[in-house]
Amino acid sequence: MRSLEARPALTLGRVLRALLVILIAVAWLIPTLGLLVTSFRPQADIATSGWWKIVTAPRFTIDNYKNVLTARHFFNNFLNSFIITIPGTVFPIIVGALAAYSFAWLRFRGRNLVFLIIVALLVLPLQTTWVPVLRMHSRLGLTGHYLAIWLAHTAYGLPFAIFLLRNFFAELPRELFEAARLDGYTDLGVFRTIVLPLSVPSLASLGIFQFVWVWNDLMNALVLLQDIHKFPLTVAIQSLLGQYGSEWNLLASGAFISMSVPLLVFFLLQRYFVQGITAGAVKG
Amino acid sequence: MKERAAELRAWLFVLPALILLAAYLVYPTVETFRISLFGGTGFNPTKLVGLKNYVQLLTHDSLFLRVTRWPPSGALVNNILWLVLFSGGTLVFGLLIAVLGNGIRLERVVKSAVFLPMVISATAAAVIARFLFSPDASIGVINGLLTALIPGFAPVSWLGTGEVVNYALIATGVWIWTGLSMTVLSAAYKSIDTAVLEAARVDGANPWMTFWRISLPMLAQPITFVAITMIINSLKMIDLVLVMTAGGPAGTSRVIGFSFYWEVFNNNLVGYGSAVAILMLIPLAPLMVVQVRRIRRQEAGK
Repeated sequence: MRSLEARPALTLGRVLRALLVILIAVAWLIPTLGLLVTSFRPQADIATSGWWKIVTAPRFTIDNYKNVLTARHFFNNFLNSFIITIPGTVFPIIVGALAAYSFAWLRFRGRNLVFLIIVALLVLPLQTTWVPVLRMHSRLGLTGHYLAIWLAHTAYGLPFAIFLLRNFFAELPRELFEAARLDGYTDLGVFRTIVLPLSVPSLASLGIFQFVWVWNDLMNALVLLQDIHKFPLTVAIQSLLGQYGSEWNLLASGAFISMSVPLLVFFLLQRYFVQGITAGAVKG
Repeated sequence: MKERAAELRAWLFVLPALILLAAYLVYPTVETFRISLFGGTGFNPTKLVGLKNYVQLLTHDSLFLRVTRWPPSGALVNNILWLVLFSGGTLVFGLLIAVLGNGIRLERVVKSAVFLPMVISATAAAVIARFLFSPDASIGVINGLLTALIPGFAPVSWLGTGEVVNYALIATGVWIWTGLSMTVLSAAYKSIDTAVLEAARVDGANPWMTFWRISLPMLAQPITFVAITMIINSLKMIDLVLVMTAGGPAGTSRVIGFSFYWEVFNNNLVGYGSAVAILMLIPLAPLMVVQVRRIRRQEAGK
């Protein structure tokens, strides 16, 4: 037992500590909060007074959301984001899981070396690849097709997918594999009936990470798609910002529409989400 | 014979991945190096110029590197600024929240708030930051607050002034990435044996001493991990700069990644831009080695 005199001092310290941390958190939220409030303010108010004035003159509207969704292909861009993101998430998981299983449980010469090379590729900046990839797409006639960006996201997502899944697969109990082999399962059979069902949590972490990563991607879409009718939300917002840098009513609501999907994923699946994003910190 | 077949099957499982990695990562990187030896405009430059692009970049491109005037400037210098302040900033704030916020009642709420910018796209983050830094005092909170607090304060164009634009961008970067640093460091801090900290307190160490002498040394590994991650991120930085300032005003906020994008896709100088991309690999190569070593150590530890 510590002396009683120490307690008040400790409590004061604790309160100050908590206050400082909460202050930081508030500072962290204010920029986002400001834009969120703005997205619900009438256009005339946005131009004439700061968003913090809503305290004295609360006036709200959903017109900004209506306007942005009907303006300049924006709804189309919203759909495009899904068209790009869903295969861009599913493909690398399938291809990555197959490879990760082989790296974890099958034997071939050079296995560790190849795996380490893949780990090294995690650090590679994607910029270095864009020009030759564009040329390759044009030679193959893929330029402007969704397939081009699906393949690119699959390839770019693979180093992390393989790294994460291999580590997880390697932890599965060896006895399961030996038993399955005695039962006459093939490699593919083991993969389908043992590895995949037992790896749902890690597949979920990877899937959520990859989904949000592809959804949030601006650069690959901008560089590799080359077709305004196929651009996702990120590119649409970037061009809104370029052309109408002061139309905060459209920018604010547009940005929140694009953020709503990853935010939903974040709040619903926080645990998996943080796991995935932490493990994939260096991707890109 | 049977073993041969098993090995072949093992290769079949990795084959699709290897083909994609070779086509999209390995071959293009080598090819980019080859392209960097060519000059002129157009997407398929044919004029071989050797290392001229590199010489030009390092000695005659004031937007990339200028050392003839103090202080030195250009994309390369901005990247060094990013590297130091961005890595430092994310570490300091991450550590602050991880340690001071540990065990407080609102810990989860605080952490969600700080992690939130990690979830959204750089594009959305850039919109938020452009709004925050707006030169119009009735739009941007920063100018609004300063105008209200300081009589006679003239709103500053944070993103339109060469002397401050990099700090505003880096602050935005820190705002985005602190969530990651906080998450990693907090998990590590929570795993420190409380008996050790309790023993220090019983021995009369104040919290300040306990932090510097015990907690911090015990966090050395995760801190190194976060630092390396942030250094890599700062070297690759591109989208935030593109959306927030497009390298401006007058090229003062360029970073290496942005210079590559601008030279290739805006100025149509494919060979020249490719040289920028290759230069970017030079500081990343040792980090690749560090990364691989770290993984190998982890494997050996299992």
